[in-house]
Amino acid sequence: MQHLYKKIYANPEFHELEQKRGKFSWTLASITLVIYFSFILVIAFAPELFAKPIFSDSVITFGIPAGLSVIFLSFILTGIYVYRANKEFDQLSKDIIDQIKGDEV
Amino acid sequence: MNRIATLSSCFLLVLSASLWAAGSLDGELEKQSINPTAIIMFLAFVGATLGITYWAARRTKSTKDFYAAGGSISGFQNGLAIAGDYMSAASFLGISGLVFASGFDGLIYSIGFLVGWPIILFLLAERLRNLGKYTFADAVSYRLKPVPIRSLSACGTLAVVLLYLIAQMVGAGKLIQVLFGLEYFIAVIIVGILMIMYVTFGGMLATTWVQIIKAVLLLCGATFMAIMVMVKMDFSFERLFSTAIDIHSKGLDIMSPGGLVSDPVSAISLGMALIFGTAGLPHILMRFFTVPDAKEARKSVFYATGFIGYFYILTFIIGFGAIVYLVNNAQFIDPETGGIIGGNNMAAVHLSQAVGGEMFLGFISAVAFATILAVVSGLTLSGASAISHDLYASVIRKGEAKEGEEVKVSRIATVMLGIVAILLGIIFEKQNVAYMVGLAFAIAASVNFPILFLSMYWQQLTTRGAFVGGSIGLVTAVLCMILGPTIWVDILGNAEAIFPYKHPALFSITAAFIFIVLISKLDKSESAKNEAKAFEDQYVRSQTGLGAEGAVEH
Repeated sequence: MQHLYKKIYANPEFHELEQKRGKFSWTLASITLVIYFSFILVIAFAPELFAKPIFSDSVITFGIPAGLSVIFLSFILTGIYVYRANKEFDQLSKDIIDQIKGDEV
Repeated sequence: MNRIATLSSCFLLVLSASLWAAGSLDGELEKQSINPTAIIMFLAFVGATLGITYWAARRTKSTKDFYAAGGSISGFQNGLAIAGDYMSAASFLGISGLVFASGFDGLIYSIGFLVGWPIILFLLAERLRNLGKYTFADAVSYRLKPVPIRSLSACGTLAVVLLYLIAQMVGAGKLIQVLFGLEYFIAVIIVGILMIMYVTFGGMLATTWVQIIKAVLLLCGATFMAIMVMVKMDFSFERLFSTAIDIHSKGLDIMSPGGLVSDPVSAISLGMALIFGTAGLPHILMRFFTVPDAKEARKSVFYATGFIGYFYILTFIIGFGAIVYLVNNAQFIDPETGGIIGGNNMAAVHLSQAVGGEMFLGFISAVAFATILAVVSGLTLSGASAISHDLYASVIRKGEAKEGEEVKVSRIATVMLGIVAILLGIIFEKQNVAYMVGLAFAIAASVNFPILFLSMYWQQLTTRGAFVGGSIGLVTAVLCMILGPTIWVDILGNAEAIFPYKHPALFSITAAFIFIVLISKLDKSESAKNEAKAFEDQYVRSQTGLGAEGAVEH
């Protein structure tokens, strides 16, 4: 196995894939953290923003759709990640490994 | 299998004796009259889960079966089980109670508890699955020295597990006292015995199914309750909220952020504890080894996030529903305090009676009990594996333990942990345990998360750096918590806190990361160089899953 690890590590396509995948997961992680901490910081610094009603005669405040959006976005972002990782990245990774294994035979 | 039969008959004896004893009211808390639906539902749950334990025990042969259900759980099942592990009675009753008491603020907590999940998925889940075997320490010690790393991870795990267990046991005792009219200590003993039985006999397979059943029951119960609330409001949120505003003592304030999160440091610190704590909870991380590969591991987080998010939306509706149906309803108001009977945490339970009658109250009571059982079982299994897999097999026996030996130690550890949990549950009956889950999250975020994260992402991490920095994270989290307002002032009665913030995570996580990096950088030893070199192999395995633990066919 070690020998195979070395070969894969030396493969430029593998690094290209990992760069793409790394960029993708860090982008999604940053989006999540930015969304969440903006939500928290609004509550800490400017709670009155979330206290405004969404329509002039409504009792529903901006805070409620904002909070629910954080929940929905979390779910949607995980969905996007799983879809791309399970379809695209796993296939690319498998192709690289198969190719390296094939070269050995 | 005779042992199961004997134990279950013992258990039924204890239960029937205690039901009988419950006729005399002498406890401090007000006990509910016995609800037959609750008892029948609860017995049905216990019967079904013991049946599953029997089935699981026959399938649990190897070490891998015991710790990881043979790696045979599907992503969807694991997603439900994770949700079952994570949605504790504290989050069901606590968050709906918080919404009942202060409206919008309850949502802030739910969101914090949820947001850890995407982060786990994007950064940890698949690497963890590809590197580890049974515990998260497997992944950390892949290239680092097992003895110090596993000792530290086991400390982190056991601290989190014990704190969490105490909080759950005390909560369970009080809740069951109110719901079923059982004595506190009997309730704690029943929970302890059942949890020992699930874990020792059925291992991870039984624990997983207990969690799945509980998650389904809880989601169905909460859905029904939320629908009943909305039916009477003609499915208009506008009407739900305006009715709640009209009768709540805080009026319009329940629709906007209140005093829960006041200063920015506390806000960020709490947020970090919730996100990175979730990513360092040992019983949650362990669940990723029950699926066959990284693909299923990813799917399980997707489903778990969906179920948990949906559940938190329901608790929000339930909390507002409780305002509408319970405030001004003499049936549920304690004439002495003017609040609802049993305190705000009983809001969801009372609401079930208000919208669904005695039958539904019984159902929700049984679900609350099941919820506690599922959570403590997951915790105990995780604590037991830290003792047997990390401490015994790797630290004491230096990897020489035979296959059956480790599981045997794990079973003994489970029984011991169960007994310790029962004793601690009884000792802490009258104590304030609300801070314990917070402390558990702080420790998970300041010890387990930094070493796990850096072992995967930073080539220069060395054993010395991880050990010293992780220990500093642990000590900082515990010290800041003890010297902070929650323990130093509220519990020990001192006038002023030495550490001014309620949530230490911002400081303890930062301390852990700084010292891990600093000491790793200063470490010029030969072994440090080898550890950095071994990162390449680890990197390939963590990304491709080549050489990772596979599933076992049953």
